[in-house]
Parts: sequence; structure tokens; C-alpha cells
Amino acid sequence: MELLLQQLFNGLTIGSVYSLVALGLTLVYGILHIPNFAHGALYMVGGYITLMMMTNAGLHYVLAIVVSIIVVGLLSVLMERLVFHPLRDSPPIQDKVAAIGILLFLEALAQLLWGADYRQMPTPFGEVVNVFGLTLTLQRIIIVAAAIAVMIFLYWFLKKTFIGSTIIAMAQNREGAALVGINTNKVAILTFFIAGALAAIGASLTSPINLVFPGMGHLVILKAFVIIIIGGMGSIPGAILGGYILGFTESIGATYISSDYKDIIAFVLLIIILSAKPQGIFSKGGA
Amino acid sequence: MMKLLNKRNIILILILLAVVFPFINQNQYYLHILTLAFIWTIAVYGLNLLAGFTGYLSLAHGGFFAIGAYGLGLLTVKGGLGFWLSFLLAPLITMAIGLVIGLFALRTKEHFFAIYTLCVGYIIYLVIDKWESLTEGVRGLIGIPAPEPIGPITFTTPIAQYYLTLVIFLLVVLIIYRIVHSLTGRTFIAIRNSEELALSLGISTKKNKLLSFVLSTFFAGLAGAMYAGFIRFIGPEIAYTTITFDLLTYMIVGGIGTLAGPIVGTFLILILSQNLQFLQDYRMLIFGPLLTLLIIFSPRGIVGFILLHYSNWKTKKRMTIPKDQVKEG
Amino acid sequence: MILQTSQLTKKFGGNVAVKDVSFSIQQGKVNAIIGPNGAGKSTFFNLITGIHPPTEGQIFYKGEEITKYPANKIAELGLARTFQTTNLFERATVFDNVVVGHRLRTKSNLFDAIFRTKRLKREEETCKEKALEVLDFTGLSNVSDQLVANISQEEKKRVAFALALATEPEIVFLDEPTAGVNPDETEELALLIKKMAEKGLTVCLIEHKMQMIMSLADQIMVLNYGEKIAEGTPEEIKNNEEVIKAYLGGGSASA
Repeated sequence: MELLLQQLFNGLTIGSVYSLVALGLTLVYGILHIPNFAHGALYMVGGYITLMMMTNAGLHYVLAIVVSIIVVGLLSVLMERLVFHPLRDSPPIQDKVAAIGILLFLEALAQLLWGADYRQMPTPFGEVVNVFGLTLTLQRIIIVAAAIAVMIFLYWFLKKTFIGSTIIAMAQNREGAALVGINTNKVAILTFFIAGALAAIGASLTSPINLVFPGMGHLVILKAFVIIIIGGMGSIPGAILGGYILGFTESIGATYISSDYKDIIAFVLLIIILSAKPQGIFSKGGA
Repeated sequence: MMKLLNKRNIILILILLAVVFPFINQNQYYLHILTLAFIWTIAVYGLNLLAGFTGYLSLAHGGFFAIGAYGLGLLTVKGGLGFWLSFLLAPLITMAIGLVIGLFALRTKEHFFAIYTLCVGYIIYLVIDKWESLTEGVRGLIGIPAPEPIGPITFTTPIAQYYLTLVIFLLVVLIIYRIVHSLTGRTFIAIRNSEELALSLGISTKKNKLLSFVLSTFFAGLAGAMYAGFIRFIGPEIAYTTITFDLLTYMIVGGIGTLAGPIVGTFLILILSQNLQFLQDYRMLIFGPLLTLLIIFSPRGIVGFILLHYSNWKTKKRMTIPKDQVKEG
Repeated sequence: MILQTSQLTKKFGGNVAVKDVSFSIQQGKVNAIIGPNGAGKSTFFNLITGIHPPTEGQIFYKGEEITKYPANKIAELGLARTFQTTNLFERATVFDNVVVGHRLRTKSNLFDAIFRTKRLKREEETCKEKALEVLDFTGLSNVSDQLVANISQEEKKRVAFALALATEPEIVFLDEPTAGVNPDETEELALLIKKMAEKGLTVCLIEHKMQMIMSLADQIMVLNYGEKIAEGTPEEIKNNEEVIKAYLGGGSASA
């Protein structure tokens, strides 16, 4: 029973990070219909910036995360302006290839700047606490709490502020949004910034319990794709729910089935879903 | 002068160059690199047939390459089969797995297809990496035998391996050329162009897409088997996305959907990265952005760029000479 | 009556795009389908040519039920179509675009391709001859070695016709064949459509340009909100109360 609870909490932790990354991916997909393969690289850069800010600049963990959010957010915007914007009317293979080019570049750059080693990120929240008989590190509690806070804030931003609602409007109907005078360029920039910021937060939160290395984004991004396909491409609640579902499935699967193959769960899930429903679970069908 | 430089002569000169290369250059290292380049090019041709000519961007080709390599490795090392039988079986096994995956993967389109195949690639990697009792996992598979002699011809020296690879390579290029220029190739191109239109022209898109997919996995598997027979040691990293992305880079830089693209891209990048030693680990610092820039400014890569300017130049020429002298491009 | 639909219905989710449409296409005639934007005309085409399966109803071609046939099978039976957007391959020549049109009448497979068999060579010849023939018929012989990217919109429409004709059809379905071309060129295309009918082909087209339809069509069906509201000769349609109402009420009499 205790093991199960422990695993459920682990699932909650992993799921929180998955949800954050998937949210960014789904927002970008929602407004531009681009599967951004470079999103995992943003996640990786987010981890490194936070780490570097802490070890080289001596910033506090929280401050380092703030810097990371800004840097990765801007990087994400740069990507939109320089690459995806010029390619917006191109055949579908091109934006994917372009994104892969960026991904390869950022990974090589990270390796050049910071080396290929696996690095540990220190955290001021290393102590162990006891909650309801469970032994947890404070960092894990922080991950869950911070992720949920970020999601609530994002939800409020998208639903209750004017600028946030323009994102929703554009996701629902791009032409319509342009017709009612929404500046689609601005919305795209904003969305990419948010996506980058979410990736940076996700990476920074999880790095102290995982590791920082150039390839750290590979599995996460692929799982985020799985999540948004499960949750419906472009759907915000779908990304959150999907993230937690995958988090729980993985942590339970790792304990009760095989920890070696836990990473396969997501991909097998996706293969099954897309084999049965080639246009995703929540496709509108027909034309 | 112009007459001498027609397409056929250029091809003949290139083949001649490839044949005499071991005599001009005694450096074993270069021979090794060229042999590898031929092998990679075959895999890129596989990818190009599907992505370039049929319009389906598969991100699982590193995985299929690895299935071919492990197919050969396991059949020889663990199965105790002879090299040539294994060499024949490995691409066929890859094809069979490709057929099953293709049946499902091809129900999806565009980005769903890309994500689907990326996941397939990952699963192949994870299976190879984790299934230690079969694949030896991260330790890798060692002791893959060299090709057995055929009659008096042995394949133990690097030069012999080079020629063996060259022969298979030329055969592959010929086959690809014939496919692309046949009605089958035209059918693939019609599908890439518009599936809806192809369907309404009576083309069974399902059947033809599957054919293209299976063929492309065959070439990936063939390249993998050749790689395993040449390097004679393989590890799970050959199934990783890095390989898929390498193949993709070679294809895009050379020219997606062109016949010369895979050769140009693969050789250019491999030779460049060999000559710029500092680039070894960081070559993607240059080729990553190059990939992105090319896809924005010259979507059909270097070869596409040249073809475009060549045809523009020809159009200009056409305007100055009497029309009846210009026949067939 | 070469082709008949019986109570054809198509629903997309909760929307009914085509509702209970029974219609017959007359052999060797120019049959037209008109209606305001969003009336379900293109969907109706897509149902007949197998792009979408109908929700209810049946389609018969020469007495054979073809309701559930896939699009490529329907094309093989002799039903060809064009699309509103021509979907041509811009970087290839007109000729190369059209050659593949005859592919469905050939049998060469991968084996033939790799070994360049006699059958492949023979069939390639047939395809090329067919391409030349339909390019000649559509008046494109002079641009056949030009890149599609470099020809005019009207010529692209003709290439689309040529492609459809290369399949050796008995009926051609033309989805807004003159959309996006100027009045003079529309006239030219109308002549070509007439020429197709004179050759014995059955033509069925969707059109917005009223004047052209009235002079071209032998028979017209009017769709509105997915339902058939009238059917008859151009004279009858012109004076049909319901049609006039639909067009005035719909607000988009011509586009």
C-alpha cells in the first residue's frame, strides 16, 4: 500500500513535468499547426540555463529559473520569427525538417558550451519530509505545487485576460481571429514565448531529481507528443490530463511491470491509438 | 565541350573515379570513409524514395537501419548462419517488419505520420537496448564475420570491401533510377503531389504508399546489413534518432526528391566533417542551421538549387535559339 | 441514365451536407449542378467519386451499385473528375503531369520497373501516346514541355481536364472548371466542355457562372442546403420560383 502511494506520488511528479512540456507543445500546435520537434531542445536549454545561473552566476534556484524562463522564452520567439513564420505557407514536410535542424543545432551548441557530461543540479529544497506517512523530498513537493500553480495561472491568463483570450480565439479559428482584428503575429510571438517559458519551468523543476545533459529533451518531447495526441492536438485540458495519465501509467508500470521498459509505455500507447484512430482521438472526422 | 559534359558522361566519369580511387589514394582511412559513405547513401536513398518521392517523412529509418544491422549480426553470431545467407535475409526481415509497421503507420498522414514513425524508431531503439538476452544491449554485438569468399574473390582487405560496397551501391542507384523513372515512380510522385488527385486518377494510394514504405525499409535494412558486415561491431546507438536525423540531414542538404541528392548530401557532409576535425562532435552546429536554411531557401537542397538555375539558364538560352532546335530537356 | 443516385445523404458530425438527393446523369449530355455556396455540391461530387462514403443512400453506375467502392476503383470504372484546385505538380512539365493519368489502365509493377521489361516499355509508350492525344484534344500541345508553374491559370485548368481524360473515362465530373479564370477564357473552356460532350463523353459539372451554365447545360439540378430543390432544362430552372427564392435569399447568386 505504501509502495503504491509512493508510486502514485512519483506519477504525480513526473506527470506535472510532462503536462508543462505538453502544454507548450499543444499551444503552439493549436495556433500554428506546427509539430515543433525543437520543443525538446528548448526544454534542454532551460535546464542548462538554470544550472549555469546557479553554478556560474551563483544565483538562487528560484532566481535562476526566472532567468531561464526569460532566456528560453526569447529563444522560442526567435525560432518563430526566423524559421516558422517564413515557413507558414510551405508544404508540411518543411516545417518539421526546419524544426529538426534547430533541434540538432541547439543540442550541438549545448554540447559545445557545456560539455556532454550528465550534470547534477543542486537544489535548496533537498530535505526529506514526512507527509501522511510517506517519505518525500521537498523538491518533489515543490515540483507538483509549482507545476499546478503555473497551470492555474496559465488557465487564468488564457481565460480571463484579453490578451490571453486572443490565443484561444486564434487557436479556434485563425482566419476568423485575423478578421476580427487580432494581430496574429503578436499572438504567435506570445504563444511561442509561453511555450518556451513552460519548457524552461518543466526542465528546471525536474532537473534536481534527474540530470542535465544535451539529450535530456529527447524522451520528454516525444512523450509530450504522445500526450497531446492522446489529449487532442491543441487541447489545453487534454495536455494537462494526458500528462498526468502518462505520469501515473509510467510510475505504476515501472513498479509492477518492468522498469527497463517504462519508457516504451508511452510510445506503445501512441502506436495503438494512432493505429486505431489515425487522426487522433479527438479528430473531428470526415473532411 | 558541352557535348562531352552530358549527363551520361558525367556519370561514367564519376564511376571511373570511384573505381580507380583505391589506386590513386593509398590512404586506408579515406577508403574506409568512402566505403561508409556508400553505405549511408543507400540508406538515404531508401528514405528519399519514401519522403522525397512519395511525400511521407519517416523518422524511423535509423531503426530500420539497425534492424538490418542486427539482423545480419544476430543471424551470423547467434544463429550460426553463413554471411551471405544472413546478408540476404537481413534486408528481407527488415522489409517484413516494415510491412507490418507500414500497414498501420500509413493510415496516418503528415505530422501524425512523422510522430508515429519517430515513436516506432524509439521503440526499436529501446527494444535493442533493453533486450539484452538477444542483442547484448549496450555491450553491443561483437564478432560479426566478414563476408565469405565467393569463389576466388575474398573480402578481407579494405580494398576488396570497398569494391564490394561500390558494386552494391551502383546496383542500388540503378534500381532507384529505374523505379523513379518508371510508371511506378510516376505513381509515387503523383501521390506526393496530391493523394486526392492520385486516387481520383484510379491509383490505389494505399497499395503504392505501402510499396514505397516497404522498399524504403528494404534499402535501410540493406545498408544496415552492409554496415554490420563492414564495421563488424554494432551497438544500440545505431538505432537512435541521431542516425535518423543524420540520414535526414544528408537527404535534405543533397536534395530531397532528387536522384543525385542522396549522393551529394552524404558525400559532402561526410567528407567535410572528416576534413574539419574540430567539427566531429559539433558538426550539427553547422549542418543543423544549414538544414533549416536550406529548407527555407532551397527546399530541394543543393541539387535542387543547381537544377533550378540550370533550367532557368536553359530557358534563357531557348529564347535566343530557334525553337525547332530545342527538343526534350 | 448512365449514373443514378438514390436518396443520397451525407452527414459530417451533426451537419447534414447532402440530404436525400436522387439524381440521374444523362448519357452524352452536359449535366450541371448549381446552388449557392455551401449547398453541398462539392460534397455530392465527393460522394459519387468515392472520396467520402455516403451516410445513407445508393449510387448506381450502369446498373452496378458502386456506393461503397473506393475512389480509385470508381475511377477505373470510368468516372473521372477534376478538383477546384488543380493540384498539379508545378515543378514538372505539363506532359509529365499528364502521363500518369493513364496509369490506371496499365499493369506494370515494381518488377517491370527494376528489370525494364517489355511490358513496361510498351505501357510507357501507351501512356505517352495517351498524354499526347489528350493534350492535343485540350489544345495544350504547344505548352506540353513547359513547367506547370509557368503556364496560365486557364491552361492549368485544361491540364486538369487532360489528366481526367487520360484515364479514358465515360463520365467526367468537373468541379467548378472555370473558377478563377477571366470571362474570355471561360468561354474557351466552355467550348472545350462542349467538345467533350460532342465526342460522346458524359459531362457533369458544378458551376457558379450562371450565364455559362444556361448556355452549356442540357440538364440542371439545383441544390440548396444539401437538398435538391429543382431539376430540369435551363429554361425550366430559369423560371422556377423556388430557385429564384433560394438564390435571392441565399445572397450569393454568383461568385
